[in-house]
Amino acid sequence: MSAADRTGAGPSPLSSTLLAVPSVDALVFGVAPKPVHCGHGVMIGAGTVIPEINFTLPPMSIEEATWGQVRREYTEIIEGVCQRAVDLDVPALLVEFETLPPMTVNPAWGLEITRLLADTLAKYHDRDGLKCALRLTPNDSRDHERPPRMRSGPYWDGMVEVFRGAAGAGADMLAIESTGGKEVCDEALMSADLRTMVFALGVLAPRDMQFLWSEIVTACREGGIVPSGDTACGFANTALALAEQKMLPRVFAAVVRVASVPRGLVAYEQGAVGPSKDCAYEGPYMKAICGVPISMEGRSAACAHLSSMGNIAQAVCDCWSNESVQNVRLLSASAPVVSMEQLAYDCRLLNLATSRSREDARLLRDLLVDSDASLDPQAYVLRPDVVLRISAEIVKEVSPYLRTRRAVQAAVQEIRAAHAAGGLRIAPNEVRWLDRLARAADALPDDEGAFIDEMMEALKDSPYLPAEYDLPA
Amino acid sequence: MTDLQQLYTAILEGNAPTAKSTVQAALEEGVDPQELLTKYMVPAMDEVGRLFEANEYFVPELLIAARAMKGALEIIKPKLVDAGAQPAGRVAIGTVRGDLHDIGKNLVAAMLEGGGFEVIDLGVDVSPERFVETAKEKGASVIAMSALLTTTMPGMKTTIEALTQAGIRGQVKVMIGGAPVTQRYADEIGADGFSDNASGAVRIARQLVA
Repeated sequence: MSAADRTGAGPSPLSSTLLAVPSVDALVFGVAPKPVHCGHGVMIGAGTVIPEINFTLPPMSIEEATWGQVRREYTEIIEGVCQRAVDLDVPALLVEFETLPPMTVNPAWGLEITRLLADTLAKYHDRDGLKCALRLTPNDSRDHERPPRMRSGPYWDGMVEVFRGAAGAGADMLAIESTGGKEVCDEALMSADLRTMVFALGVLAPRDMQFLWSEIVTACREGGIVPSGDTACGFANTALALAEQKMLPRVFAAVVRVASVPRGLVAYEQGAVGPSKDCAYEGPYMKAICGVPISMEGRSAACAHLSSMGNIAQAVCDCWSNESVQNVRLLSASAPVVSMEQLAYDCRLLNLATSRSREDARLLRDLLVDSDASLDPQAYVLRPDVVLRISAEIVKEVSPYLRTRRAVQAAVQEIRAAHAAGGLRIAPNEVRWLDRLARAADALPDDEGAFIDEMMEALKDSPYLPAEYDLPA
Repeated sequence: MTDLQQLYTAILEGNAPTAKSTVQAALEEGVDPQELLTKYMVPAMDEVGRLFEANEYFVPELLIAARAMKGALEIIKPKLVDAGAQPAGRVAIGTVRGDLHDIGKNLVAAMLEGGGFEVIDLGVDVSPERFVETAKEKGASVIAMSALLTTTMPGMKTTIEALTQAGIRGQVKVMIGGAPVTQRYADEIGADGFSDNASGAVRIARQLVA
């Protein structure tokens, strides 16, 4: 098997080594080189940051017997958030509906809720002039099986049915949190095994992304809706959550974040146009490299998970999201309505800065950046200047693996240099991990074929199916 | 004469080859396997758990220590069985129905194995019926359930009810965990134990089978 065959995903359509965003001055919130138009008059990345609200059910079973209650919950949520969005005069509203697993396994359920949400959004648009759009994100249920079948079987069929039914049900864009390679990455994360993590994120995941996003883009084109973006949630956000719980070193989580960038690029190579998914904290790299608008979440997502990037995550966003919130009652209102209000005010502030002057926007961006960047390596790798430097390294390579290798090495180098210069705080018990990661990063081979052969042998008992990734069984 | 302190240090540092070779050498010299277990191996894992809870160790360090412990245990297990010793307990562990998250569950399973438990890992998306069957057929004394989603948490309650309906609730202890799970929820559904971390789960399991 030649190295080219092993590469599978092939040379990148991103043939240019130039970044879409050429300078730190141009990497700012609200503006992306390639804005996206969608839904009822929504423009993303054209100068205005818009809120993206996401929500989920309170603790309850999803089954035939509870379906009426499920519908009532979603009705209450969407009515509440739309009304609050109107009351607060948001410039536009993006609503994301992430299906819960039973709603992808049973696609009719997922599409029924999509229709419910879309109809309500249309009502508020027609009645109140609310500019709005609905992003549908089917969950990647292929992960139900171990080893997962990535390209066939009932779980895949259910996902395809949701993809193809999305436009008809009223969705304006499709996204996904895809999981190809996660079955290998999970174990690598727990062991902080950089080499296996790079195999999962740099070899397996891009191969799956190429296949999956080809399907999604085709479905979107047929339905006339927007193929938006993906996220390394199952990879880098798992590392983030584990680091936040002090289970993994933060330096490792930071490196995983940057390692997820080449994987994410594959969606855009296949035809996705943005905005990237909110939980894709790697979004600034997508914006810098591809020029697509990005959705981000930070302190606004504390209702779903904690992070150390609460402010910096907002610095170059085009949509600002809350990740997800349960429909539970708080003192003021239901939690989704509370989230809606928080997002609306956050966006209002960003947009005010933009309306005053470019300098004011950059000042606000820099305050957001500087308030977090020196306190955690995961925040540090989101600094606009760091994003641009590492992105410039990534695009020098042509294959996802080599890009991932380059990303890892560049991230470790940036973190070490910042720590050595006193510009980045790293806990004493993490310093030994930084040294380990540097050694492991340097040891990644430049021969992709040899690396794949080595890892396939090392992982021959792992719960993944090589053929599902175009690798020899 | 083998320096048995090496065994303690090897497990603490996750050095499986040294842990195994030290155990092997000690057994050949006639050292009592029970002494190896109780004086060196279990205290080493206890120290690993303490370092983790003190935020000195991270999970990867916990895991490699557990693997070193498991490797050493596999060597002394036949001797312990010959001497009539029993495993710490048999635990059937799984992520509840509808939930596919297994990182936390896998970590608890590894730590339980390192703690001397026999672990039956049922994987993810485990139905109440499967937990019940396993408890019956494999004689599990503890059922450990994990959930990451608020929408799948009710599967824990359903499983406890299924154990009651099957008439074996009194023979099986139930422990639960996972990001949205709390001690209050454990109390509400009648679980016997709850832990929000892996080393704590081993401690709870030991209490439950004591």
